[in-house]
Amino acid sequence: MNERIRRLRQESQNAVPRISIERARLATEFYRDHAGKHSTPVLRALNFLHLSRHKSITIGRDELIVGERGPAPKTVPTFPELTCHSVADLHILDTRPMTRYRIDEADIQTYAREVIPYWQGRSMRDRIFSRLPEEWQRAYASGLFTEFMEQRAPGHTALDGSIYRKGMLDFKLEIADRIAALDYRQDPAAADRAEQLRAMDIACDAAILFAERHAELAERTAADEQDRARKAELQRIAAVCRHVPAHAPRDLWEALQMYWFVHLGIITELNGWDAMTPGHLDQHLQPFYEKGLAAGTLTREQAKELISCFWIKVNNHPAPPKVGVTAKESGTYNDFTNINLGGLTREGASGVSEVSYLILEVADELHLLQPQPSVHISAKTPDRFLKAACRVIRKGYGYPSVFNADETVSEMLRVGKSIEDAREGGCSGCIETGAFGKEAYILTGYLNVPKVFELALNNGRDPLTGRQVGPLTGDPRSFASFDQLYAAFETQLKWVVELKIRGNQFIERTYALNAPAPFLSVVINDCIARGRDYYDGGPRYNTNYIQCCGIGTVTDSLSAINTHVYQEKTVGMERLLRALAADFKGEDQLRQTLQNKTPFFGNDDDRADAIMQRVYASLFAAIDGQPNTKGSAYHLNMLSTTCHVYFGRMLGATPNGRLAGAPESDGTSPSQGADRNGPTAVIQSLAKMDQIKSGGTLLNMRFLPGMLQSEKDLDQLAHLIRTYFRMNGHHIQFNVVDTDTLRRAQAAPAEHRDLLVRVAGYSDYFVDLDRYHQEEIISRTAQLT
Amino acid sequence: MPDLIEAVGKDTLFFDQSGGGVTFSGGEPLCQPEFLIAALKQCGELEIHRAVDTSGCADGRIVLNVARHTDLFLYDVKILDPVKHRTHTGMDNTGILSNLRMLSESGAAIIIRIPLVPGVNDDSESLARTGEFIAGLPRKHRVDLLPFHRGARGKYAKLGLNYAGEHLPPAPAERVAEAARQLTNFGLAVRTGG
Repeated sequence: MNERIRRLRQESQNAVPRISIERARLATEFYRDHAGKHSTPVLRALNFLHLSRHKSITIGRDELIVGERGPAPKTVPTFPELTCHSVADLHILDTRPMTRYRIDEADIQTYAREVIPYWQGRSMRDRIFSRLPEEWQRAYASGLFTEFMEQRAPGHTALDGSIYRKGMLDFKLEIADRIAALDYRQDPAAADRAEQLRAMDIACDAAILFAERHAELAERTAADEQDRARKAELQRIAAVCRHVPAHAPRDLWEALQMYWFVHLGIITELNGWDAMTPGHLDQHLQPFYEKGLAAGTLTREQAKELISCFWIKVNNHPAPPKVGVTAKESGTYNDFTNINLGGLTREGASGVSEVSYLILEVADELHLLQPQPSVHISAKTPDRFLKAACRVIRKGYGYPSVFNADETVSEMLRVGKSIEDAREGGCSGCIETGAFGKEAYILTGYLNVPKVFELALNNGRDPLTGRQVGPLTGDPRSFASFDQLYAAFETQLKWVVELKIRGNQFIERTYALNAPAPFLSVVINDCIARGRDYYDGGPRYNTNYIQCCGIGTVTDSLSAINTHVYQEKTVGMERLLRALAADFKGEDQLRQTLQNKTPFFGNDDDRADAIMQRVYASLFAAIDGQPNTKGSAYHLNMLSTTCHVYFGRMLGATPNGRLAGAPESDGTSPSQGADRNGPTAVIQSLAKMDQIKSGGTLLNMRFLPGMLQSEKDLDQLAHLIRTYFRMNGHHIQFNVVDTDTLRRAQAAPAEHRDLLVRVAGYSDYFVDLDRYHQEEIISRTAQLT
Repeated sequence: MPDLIEAVGKDTLFFDQSGGGVTFSGGEPLCQPEFLIAALKQCGELEIHRAVDTSGCADGRIVLNVARHTDLFLYDVKILDPVKHRTHTGMDNTGILSNLRMLSESGAAIIIRIPLVPGVNDDSESLARTGEFIAGLPRKHRVDLLPFHRGARGKYAKLGLNYAGEHLPPAPAERVAEAARQLTNFGLAVRTGG
C-alpha cells in the first residue's frame, strides 16, 4: 500500500456515515414542477438528469477515481419517492446505537417542511402498504416473510463487459436505431417503447453530463494547484472524465472510472436492492492491464494503485438507511458489492489472470468493509489461485467467499439460460446466481420456514400474537402419524408462498408503472432491443427469488418430533406443545433430550438429512416455476443474510430445543452447535441438498485460527472446498476466529474496530453488529479437525 | 466393523481429492491385531489409502502381518537409550528398534516420527544416537520432528485426569530448528511438524 492509498483508506475508515438531504430536496423540487407533464419513464429520466446536473460534486485531495453519490464520502442520500423517512425515523437513525447515520437537526426540520409533506401518500411504500390486503399484513406482522421492495427498489444488478466496449454515445445510437425501427402499425406497444427508449436516451445524457461536471471541476482545481505532480493528475482526471462514460474506455484508468460513473448513476437513479457490482472485474480489466503493460504505459504498481482507489470508492458508499423490519432483517452499512474473481470466460476457459491475483492482493491489503471479493472455482481453475484465496481466508476477514463456478453454470442452464450467458454470470449480493448484465434477478424477500412449521403446530394460529394467521390445518394432537403433521406443514407452506407471491406481483407492477429505471436499463441487455424497462421484462432473463430461511431449524424440529413423538413415542404431542408454549420452563430435561437425542442436520445422518431433503423438495414444489409478472418465473434460493436473527425473534421455542426468540439456523448451515461430526460430515449433509435446483445456497463454517497455520493446513482447506464442489456444493465461506477474541471484542469494542467477521454472504465489523448477531456468530460450531 | 467401514467410506470423495485416507492410531492399534488387520483388508478392497500410527511396541510377527495390508507406517522413535526409554515410557525399546529395522528391510513405506520433548530427548547426545540409528537402517526414511505442545491439556481436564505435562514448557523454535539441523547432518530428510 503506498502513501496515497494509506491516506485515502484512513479517510474512508474515519468518515462517519451521515444522511444528506440534498437528493431528497432536488427530487422533491423536480417532482413538484414536473409530475404530470411527462410519461413516467421520461419523468424518471428527467429526475435523474436534474440530479446529475445539480447535485454537489467533489474531488478529494488524493483521488484518482472520482465521484460520490452524496456530497462527501459516506454521506448517503435518501429516496423519498420510494420511502419517505419520517421525522421520528430520522431521529432514530441519528441516535440508535447500531448502524447509525448522523443527521443535523436543521436538516430534519427542512425535511419535515419541504420533503415529507409532498411524499405523504405518494411514496411507493405508502402506496404499496395501503393497498396490500389484510391477510398479507397479518402474515407480514407475524414475521412469516419480509418484503424487499417496501423501501428499496428491485435491484440486485451485476454488469457484464458491455460498458468496456461501448460508451453512452454508442448506446444512444442503438437507442436511436431502435426508435427509428418502431412499428406503430403492427406493434400495439410501440408508443410505450418509444417513451422507455426516450427515457434511456435522456439517462445517457445525464451520465455524460455528470462526468463533464467532474472534468470541469478537475480542470478548475488543476489551474489553482501548486503541486506539479497533483496538477498533472488533475489534468489526467479531467481528460478521463471527458472521455468516459461518453466513449468506451481505452485504458485501465478509464475502464475503472467508466464503471464507477455507471455504478454511481445506478445507485443515484434509484436505491435498488442492493449489490450493484461490476461482476467479473478481473476479466473486465484484464485486456486493459495487458495492453498497458505491453505498451509500457502501465506498471503493476500503478494498476494496483488505481484498483485500490476504486476499492476505497466503494467503501465510501454505505447502504442507504433502512427503517422498521427491513432494518432488522439486514442491519448493516454493507451494500453488498460482491466482486467476482476467477470463474469462467464466455468461451468456457478459466477466467483467472494476473489481475485476479492483483485484486486479491488489494482486498487483502485494504481489508475494508466494502467491496467484498469472492473467488469462483471451476474444475479448470488452477490450484494456485484457490490457495492464494485460502491465504486471504486465513487472515480471518471472512472473505473471499468461495463459489463453485461449474455449479452456478448448471443452475443457470437448468432454468434455460444459454451456456455463454451462464458462464458470464456468477453470484452477486451474498450468493445469488444470475446472468450478469443480462438479467433482472430480483430478491423478493425472506421466507421464515420454521415459522410456517410453527403455524402447522398451532392449527394456523400465531402463538406470538394469538391471531389466526394461516389456514386451519388441524390440531396436531389429533395427528396419528408424522406424515399427517408434515401434510399440515405443506398446506401452510403453499398458502404462505401464494400469499407472498400475490403481494410481490402487485408490488412489481407498481414499480414497473411508477418507478422505472431508465439508466439501469441502458446497461442491461436487452432492454434497449426490447424497448422495455429493467422492471418490466426488458432484460434477457427475469427471475424472482424467494429466499428460504431456517432449513436447519425446521429440519431438526421435524426430526425431533419424528423421533420422540412418533417413532420412540417417549414424548406426547400434548406435552411437547405445552413445553414449547412455556418456552421449556419446568421442562429442562425434555429440552435436553430433544437437543441431545435427536438426529440433527449437519452430521451426515440420513435420518435427519432425509427430512431436510423432503423440506427442500416441498419448498421447491411450492416456489419453483410460479409465474412472475415478466413472463418468467420464481425460483428458490437458500439465503438468510441476517434475517435468521429477526425471524428467530418472531418465533417461539421449537421442538429441536431452541428457546423462543433465539436465532434460527443461518443460510443452509446446520443449526448453531448441532453439527458434531466435523466439517466433512457438514459437507456430506449439505451435498444431499439438490443445490442445482436453487439459485444459491450458503454454508458458513468457522475454524479456529490454529487450524490453518501451516501450508499443509491450507492444502487441506483447499481440498475440503474442492471436494464440496465435486459434490455440487454452491458456496462455502469461513470465519477464522476464536471465541476468546470475539468475547474480548465485546468487552472492549473500541480496540477491535478492525475485526471483520463473516455474517451471512458478507463480512461486517463485529463491533457494529448488535448483541443478537454477535451471540449468533459465537454460537456457531468451531471446527477442530 | 461394518460401522467403521461405513464411516470411513463416507469420506471417499475427500480422500480422492486430497490423496488422503485412513490413519489407524490409538492407543496402540497393534494391541488389537485381528480387528486392525480385518479393517485394513476391507479398506484395501475399497482402495482407500491406509496408514498405521504406531509406537512399534508389539510382537515382530504381528508387525510383519500388519505390514502386508498397510500403505504407510508412522513409526515413533522416542529415545535410543534403553534405560531412559524405560524411565519415560515404562517399556523396553529393544523390540521397538528391531521391529523398525525389520520393517525397513521388508520394504515398507515408513515415516519416522520423533516427539521432541524438552529435557527428555532434546539433548544433543540423545539426538545423535537417534540420528545414527535411523541413518543406519537398511533403507532411507523421512523423519518428522514433532515438537512437544500442551494440546492435550483440555482433553485431560475433560476426563478429570491430572496432566503431567502441565509444567513442561513447549520447545522454543530455535531449539527445534537446532535439533532438525543435527539430524539433517546424518543425511536424513527432516521435517518439523507432520
